[in-house]
Amino acid sequence: MRFKRPKNTLEGEGKKSRLFPKDKSQTKDKKEKASREKVNKEAKINRESKDHKESKEEIYCKKCKKYISRIDLEKSLHICPFCNHHFMISPKERIKILCDENSFVEHNQDLKSVNILDFPDYDAKLEKAIKTSGENESVLCGLCSIGGCETAIFIMNGEFMMGSMGQITGEKISRLFEYATDKSLPVLGFSLSGGARMQEGIISLMQMAKVSSTVKRHSDQGNLYICVLTNPTSGGVTASFAMQADIILAEPDALVCFAGPRVIEQTIRKKVPEELQRATSVMENGFIDDIVSRKAQKTYLGLLLKMHERKEVKNASI
Amino acid sequence: MQAYDYVLKARSKGRNTAIDFINSIFSSFLEMHGDRRFKDDPAIIAGIAYLKDIPCTVIGVEKGKSNEEKQKRNLGSAHPEGYRKALRQMKLAEKFKRPIVLFVDTPGAFCGLEAEQRGQGQAIAENLLEMSALEVPILSILIGEGGSGGALALALANEVWILENGVYSVISPEGCASILWKDPSKASEAAQSLKLTSKDLYQLKVVERVIKEDELMMEKLQADIYEFIKESLKKDGQTLKTQRYMRFRGI
Repeated sequence: MRFKRPKNTLEGEGKKSRLFPKDKSQTKDKKEKASREKVNKEAKINRESKDHKESKEEIYCKKCKKYISRIDLEKSLHICPFCNHHFMISPKERIKILCDENSFVEHNQDLKSVNILDFPDYDAKLEKAIKTSGENESVLCGLCSIGGCETAIFIMNGEFMMGSMGQITGEKISRLFEYATDKSLPVLGFSLSGGARMQEGIISLMQMAKVSSTVKRHSDQGNLYICVLTNPTSGGVTASFAMQADIILAEPDALVCFAGPRVIEQTIRKKVPEELQRATSVMENGFIDDIVSRKAQKTYLGLLLKMHERKEVKNASI
Repeated sequence: MQAYDYVLKARSKGRNTAIDFINSIFSSFLEMHGDRRFKDDPAIIAGIAYLKDIPCTVIGVEKGKSNEEKQKRNLGSAHPEGYRKALRQMKLAEKFKRPIVLFVDTPGAFCGLEAEQRGQGQAIAENLLEMSALEVPILSILIGEGGSGGALALALANEVWILENGVYSVISPEGCASILWKDPSKASEAAQSLKLTSKDLYQLKVVERVIKEDELMMEKLQADIYEFIKESLKKDGQTLKTQRYMRFRGI
């Protein structure tokens, strides 16, 4: 049940969940879940805003409690023009914002998860996730250039089961690190995850070990790994590759945690300060190198990649 | 000018702090925060920047300018997490084969309960141990106060330079006077005896260069650092390590 906790939190539900839910409550849970998903369908981008009426034209910003036109939001890189809240964006949009034009080449896009454990309802969930996100897995991997610097890149997808980490998520990221090690390329990652995917049980847990091993090999060859923590980064992803980068950056106000606030509150029976697990506090506590707004990322990351260009490798390959 | 006048000058208001040196000498400074263990210590600033065309790791002890900033930066007295932040950046510099330039200006490592609990001594010790074996060029420049172990933890370098009005000492003159003579008012005499001025340090071969403080200082310093780094980068890691070993072995 451990994995379930962060996920619950991140779906922003209002109901109380117990540390060890009894069997009786599960049917009720299912019903609630079904209705919740219906609402979420209408507000895919901002999952937290289910209490507010949103339309095709407008979206509600939960942070400053204002309505924003969707057109304006897209123009401002999905940042709230009133309060700088960074809305979740799809990997494809991020590539459009970040990468040099037409430089992105996707890797392993056909890899798909299977229901290895025959976990109830998982097949249907996967199918739905593929449909709503338009992607086959919760991470998009490939090769691109930023400011003329070539880099391997992975971007996790919040629209695909809240970026949960399944076997294929781990496999795609591992393959990316292996590819980058082979070609002496940096890796740039955008983490976003509710944690390990409980429908894949222990296999999901093993992805943390698998990806970490490939990160280490990549690092030992002198390659750069930058990870940008986006809202939210939690659970098994925080406890593995998100925290293993040479340079860890975060988007403003991103939730960065191992256990979500609700889990902690249920464990210690004390209220968790709202700001404790936000990027600013996490940086003060020494775990993030800097906070970079989405608007500044292209320039910032381009400069950082340029500073780390491996001349000796470049020359050797010529 | 008496030795103690240098001490007062090194501490004086309006003096350039680490950030001024970083901004005047380097470009595109990207500050990196945090020790990845406990905290981000504002007394230490660290990051990556260009020295003309060479990416360098730059680290400084920052005293701050306004009262508010001075308080935030604890007057340039680092906690253990500050030394650990610096070491983390130095380790990254080694991984990416970047030279390291440090600007030291501190009354000393912070003496306090929490600093003790988190291992102030251990943090300094670890920096000394690790810096002695880094396979990239290290240059430390004492720009103001060089307070004891807190300064040395950022100054186990291939070369150590000092500004003409900088000081470097095992203890503050006030501390020395009160321990030896139980009279802090004898700080001036203590300063004289400690041989802590740039001139004395140069004669004792504790520093390689004394930097003249005039209007052209930043410009000249940039050229000097660039030249030093360029020459150092021609040497391999082992040579740099041995050179550093011999530098301190001979003192």
